[in-house]
Amino acid sequence: MKSLIKEFTKGIIKENPTFVLVLGLCPTLAVSVSVINGIGMGIAATFVLIGSSVIVSLVKGFIPDKIRIPCFIVIIATFVTITELCLKAYSPALNRALGIYVPLIVVNCIVLARAEAFACKNNLVSSFLDGLGMGVGFTLALVLISGIREFLGAGQILGYTLIKGFEPVFVFGMPSGALLVIGLLLGFINLLKNRER
Amino acid sequence: MINNFIVSGSPHIHNKESVSRIMWTVVISLIPAGIAGVIIFGWDALWVTLVAVFTAVLTEWVCTLLTKKKVTIFDGSAVITGVLLAYNLPANVPLWLPIVGSVFSIAIGKQIFGGLGQNIFNPALVGRVFLMASWPKYMTTFVKPFNYDAVTSATPLAILKEGKILEHISYGDLFLGRHGGCIGEVCILALLIGAAILLIKGYISWQIPASFILTTAGFTYVFGSSPLFHGDWLFSILSGGLILGAFFMATDYVATPLTAKGQLIFGLGCGLLTAVIRLWGGYPEGVSYAILMMNAATPFIDRYTKNRIYGTR
Repeated sequence: MKSLIKEFTKGIIKENPTFVLVLGLCPTLAVSVSVINGIGMGIAATFVLIGSSVIVSLVKGFIPDKIRIPCFIVIIATFVTITELCLKAYSPALNRALGIYVPLIVVNCIVLARAEAFACKNNLVSSFLDGLGMGVGFTLALVLISGIREFLGAGQILGYTLIKGFEPVFVFGMPSGALLVIGLLLGFINLLKNRER
Repeated sequence: MINNFIVSGSPHIHNKESVSRIMWTVVISLIPAGIAGVIIFGWDALWVTLVAVFTAVLTEWVCTLLTKKKVTIFDGSAVITGVLLAYNLPANVPLWLPIVGSVFSIAIGKQIFGGLGQNIFNPALVGRVFLMASWPKYMTTFVKPFNYDAVTSATPLAILKEGKILEHISYGDLFLGRHGGCIGEVCILALLIGAAILLIKGYISWQIPASFILTTAGFTYVFGSSPLFHGDWLFSILSGGLILGAFFMATDYVATPLTAKGQLIFGLGCGLLTAVIRLWGGYPEGVSYAILMMNAATPFIDRYTKNRIYGTR
């Protein structure tokens, strides 16, 4: 039981996909302009992660080793299509805000890496928890980065202005600011990791 | 008699050059431009400069304390960064702007890479570009010169970029700085005095400024106006931050090539990029972006312009 809990919690801190595994940075950079976009992308990616990890874990006995990557892509693309159609139907505003990065979840490295490194070698329950943990970790990382970027770049969080008279720093709304924020956060987290050791 | 035996190793005669001496001489050579800025734009220019310098030194002190390195605030390099950043700002900016810019210049433009000698880019330009991207409104609002009441005016290059015709600006006005612009870039005369000090003492070499300025002028002469070979090259030399950039920022020791041939290539690249941005790019002035881009290319230039080691083929 304890090891199962560990499969879930490792995705949040110890093997956080954005800050430790450093996967899926392209959608992170592009989408983290505001917190609501970050949460939306995180939930979409979590759904795809859970679905694809579960299915890959169930069919791992039937996929020949040489063509496993295209098979994973087919499974992942199915879930991404489901996600995209649901977003288009139920929250078109979020779909427009995320733009092309919803279909790009197909090639999001986190999804493919967890299918390749974990789901095709472990049983159903562990894969489910791993997918859930990685998704939650990704969402938390996105919320942190978009919180910083939205607060500094637009002076707001979730659309609410926090400090009156704060001149927003426009560079953080742009891709260069995204690279700055993610780079400095990664450096800070590495500093904490090195201190622990 | 015994006291005259020197038993230490060479050198026995030393002309006392050191990093701090060079840096402080550069600071002194920048003072004429600062005095001109205060005369032209008023006491605001002085406050902006002092605030930038103080913040730069304070940030460097804090960063060297946090990273447990030797405190280097007395070698003058932080002061130079503060002064150069201030000279790239309009005189009427709110004082928090040079504070934020200085902190960014020193902390992220210099200390994160490892301190003096390790930075890839010129720190003052990193700060200026950050400020330009973050608060474009404050960075492009200039005051009329000699009018200490904050009447706004545009710089000559900005007027040209909007497509309007320049009126009432003579080459003499441009040379003495009687037009709107950043604190340290308008008075060419003061900048040339400072550059002469550095050239005479041998602290900067002529290759980078010469190739930079000549390339910008040449490109503007050829492509600057509708019939080819009719561009106003003297205007392009005297306007904008070209003289300030070519003599004081493109010649930064750390981020520029080591050999003379490499420096000529560096200046050529800077000049080309400046002219292209000025003529066809989105910004009215391209000196800072050109220098930063060539700073990024410097390791590449260094690789291909290595001096031949004596005795090898």
